[in-house]
Amino acid sequence: MRLEYLPSPSPWRQAAAVALAILAALGVAGLVFWAYGVPPLTAYATLLRGTLADPNGWAEVLRRAIPLILVGAGLSLAFRAQFYNIGAEGQIAIGATAAAGVALFWPIEAPWMLPTMFLAGFLAGAAYALVAALLRAGLGVNEILTTLMLNYIAYYLVQYLVQGPWRGRSLFGFAFTDPFPPQAVLPTLPGTLVHWPTLVLGVLLALLLQFLLSRTTLGFRLRVVGANPQAARYVGIPVGPTLLVAALITGGLAGLAGVGEVASIHKKLLDSSNITLGYGFSAIIVAYLARGQPAWAILTAFLMAVLFAGGDVLKVAFQMPFRVMDVFSGLFLLFLIASDFFAQHRVRWGR
Amino acid sequence: MAEPLLRLQNITKRFPGVVANDGVSLEVYPGEVLALLGENGAGKSTLVSILYGLYRPDAGQILLEGRPVHIGSPLEALRLGIGLVPQHPMLVGRHTVAENLALGIGSPLWPARRIVPLIERIAQGYGLEVNPMARIADLSPGEKQRVEIVRALLRGAKVLILDEPTSVLTPQEAQALFRVMRELRQAGKSLIFISHKLEEVLAIADRATVLRRGRVVGSLAASEASREKLALLMVGRNVSFERKRKPAELGEVVLQVEGLEARSNRGPLALRGVSFALRAGEVLGLAGVAGNGQSELVEVLAGLRRLEGGRVLLAGQPLGPNPAQLFAQGVAHIPEDRIQMGTVPSLSVAENLALRTFHRPPLARGWLTQPAAYRALAQERIRALDIATPGPATPTRLLSGGNIQKVILARELAGSPRLVLAVHPTYGLDVGATELVHQVLLQKAQQGAAVLLVSEDLEELLALCDRIGVLYQGSLKGPFAVEELSREQLGLLMTGGNLAA
Repeated sequence: MRLEYLPSPSPWRQAAAVALAILAALGVAGLVFWAYGVPPLTAYATLLRGTLADPNGWAEVLRRAIPLILVGAGLSLAFRAQFYNIGAEGQIAIGATAAAGVALFWPIEAPWMLPTMFLAGFLAGAAYALVAALLRAGLGVNEILTTLMLNYIAYYLVQYLVQGPWRGRSLFGFAFTDPFPPQAVLPTLPGTLVHWPTLVLGVLLALLLQFLLSRTTLGFRLRVVGANPQAARYVGIPVGPTLLVAALITGGLAGLAGVGEVASIHKKLLDSSNITLGYGFSAIIVAYLARGQPAWAILTAFLMAVLFAGGDVLKVAFQMPFRVMDVFSGLFLLFLIASDFFAQHRVRWGR
Repeated sequence: MAEPLLRLQNITKRFPGVVANDGVSLEVYPGEVLALLGENGAGKSTLVSILYGLYRPDAGQILLEGRPVHIGSPLEALRLGIGLVPQHPMLVGRHTVAENLALGIGSPLWPARRIVPLIERIAQGYGLEVNPMARIADLSPGEKQRVEIVRALLRGAKVLILDEPTSVLTPQEAQALFRVMRELRQAGKSLIFISHKLEEVLAIADRATVLRRGRVVGSLAASEASREKLALLMVGRNVSFERKRKPAELGEVVLQVEGLEARSNRGPLALRGVSFALRAGEVLGLAGVAGNGQSELVEVLAGLRRLEGGRVLLAGQPLGPNPAQLFAQGVAHIPEDRIQMGTVPSLSVAENLALRTFHRPPLARGWLTQPAAYRALAQERIRALDIATPGPATPTRLLSGGNIQKVILARELAGSPRLVLAVHPTYGLDVGATELVHQVLLQKAQQGAAVLLVSEDLEELLALCDRIGVLYQGSLKGPFAVEELSREQLGLLMTGGNLAA
């Protein structure tokens, strides 16, 4: 058996590879369901019925899509610049914390409260990602490690705040802050948890980043630095500062996602694992599927949100553990990454 | 003499845009050291890769002990008795010598322990000092190389290919290696010794086969060889040698380099007080065997390396602090590595053409890039230099080497550069593309640019340059007027000799 490299595979071949990967992932995940005692087809039918075939399901999907769009679009851009930010979990938590700080301790009047919270969340998330970017640009420290480790620091910082100095006076026995004042709470679509202002913001920002990447000189710099840093140096594009910009954007968008979550669904700051819910990691899959195109992240975030919401449905319908969906999305990523290889290589038998 | 152990017949290997091996035939007899000589890009590595089963030849035959063989993989090469000692050892640093050598051949139980006696027997047999219990990471480059030799012998190699084995060794270690090679020859092994250092070839080889531009240009016994003869073969003795350059009209001094010192990436001084002046309209050649400071000199002039001493003036002004400003000052750079440095392979032809000027009108208006201007620019350049590409939107990684080089030329020489730095601009290109590169460079000189041409191809230097300097161990000899130089003298200078006064 030998492999033949295809320098420019046809779009048809790439699409077929993705389709086969999805089928394979569904197949293997079906085995997991079957091992759990649920017929795979029943499981998939239930999943679809509970999400896309039902208004309440749609609301759940949209709610899940909001942070995934924001984080996924930012990561798409960062990955194009070869800044491998896997610390979105931490940046979401830090963004949420900054927004909570504004909401709880800075009495701002109604029209300005929410914008200030979003601004604070963006800046906090950006600054948090900047730590890793500075270490990478200045000392060559691998950002995969630093961003991952910073997740834990963010997690324990929030723990400390909600159990210590920011612990609410009105809720004895719980590690929560006080609830946000009414002007710090985002409106939602009636009867749902879809905080539409964040959704609109996410879609707009994803489109804006797409424009930035493909139609501005900054985007050109980002793409050159990402695709060939040596060529960037050769023509005098500063690699370090360009990386910092990518980090600021990706961290900032994750921060915004954190603001959206605490200002609508929770209305208070609490244990950060209840805020991030793994969005920061799942958004890596979103960005991977979007192939470095922030606008595509809107679509891929939506698909990932179906999986998230579907996980809830399966949990309720079959008493499956929620983590089954991690297995599910893990399988998707695995098969999709593998499909890239088969899109670019042809297998030939014999010599 | 006896039957050859290994015989290559008309081996040809093509890569997109390059013929790496063009009808190469050679043979190796038992108990001899065959040196394979050639400049970078002459096709030595490709030939080694074919022998070791990493590439398949497009045409030709390999005969081992008179029988045709197919070498489909390194494993098959080893099974046939062909072993490779790679230039950079491929060993697991945290493991011991015995553990490394047991990989792939050790017994399933206590593989390392049980292979130790075998290692010791081979090591003693050939005078190879190897401690099987030593950790690889603690070994010197020479010791690691011995481990690789032992590995090949453990696998029963009859033919041993040594790929530039002395490039990582101190002179003392090289002497020790030569002793081992003599032992191996005594034992009837065939050795293929790859190098571009002439002294070493003369010291150890029985015969030398010289490759140039993918072809065998000569094969002679060590007894008939001399340094000059070999150097000449390597760099070319072409009867059609022709001067392409008309007498130049020189303008004022464009580049003034005085006492330049710079360090290599590894730290030691790579340039030791280099001084020269380059005038408008002049083509100055820089000859030298790779690694004698050429890259460092060009990098300093291109703003990619800090200078440690001396000064450089461009039209009387100090150099700008970064490559972008240098380009604005009129320094064009055709880099040595056209794929890793000169282009961004995943970006389109249009975007690669825009790399230098993407932030200026007409390609940008403020922050916004202008796709229409990109297309217009690309179409114009594609036409001007006859770049073979399906279109402006095609990524350059799909282009041939010659066309990638045309993209770089089109971009770098588009303005009116005052100084053109061209490093191995025709390396690996076919005849047509080479001709075009030469034309374009001469045309720029005619228009008043000063051209610094770094090349290992003496023919090219003699055909294009007005003066040629030779870098040897970081010092510049010359520059000398081309009329006063013979190829023999250049070969001598490149290998550390001096011209008789």
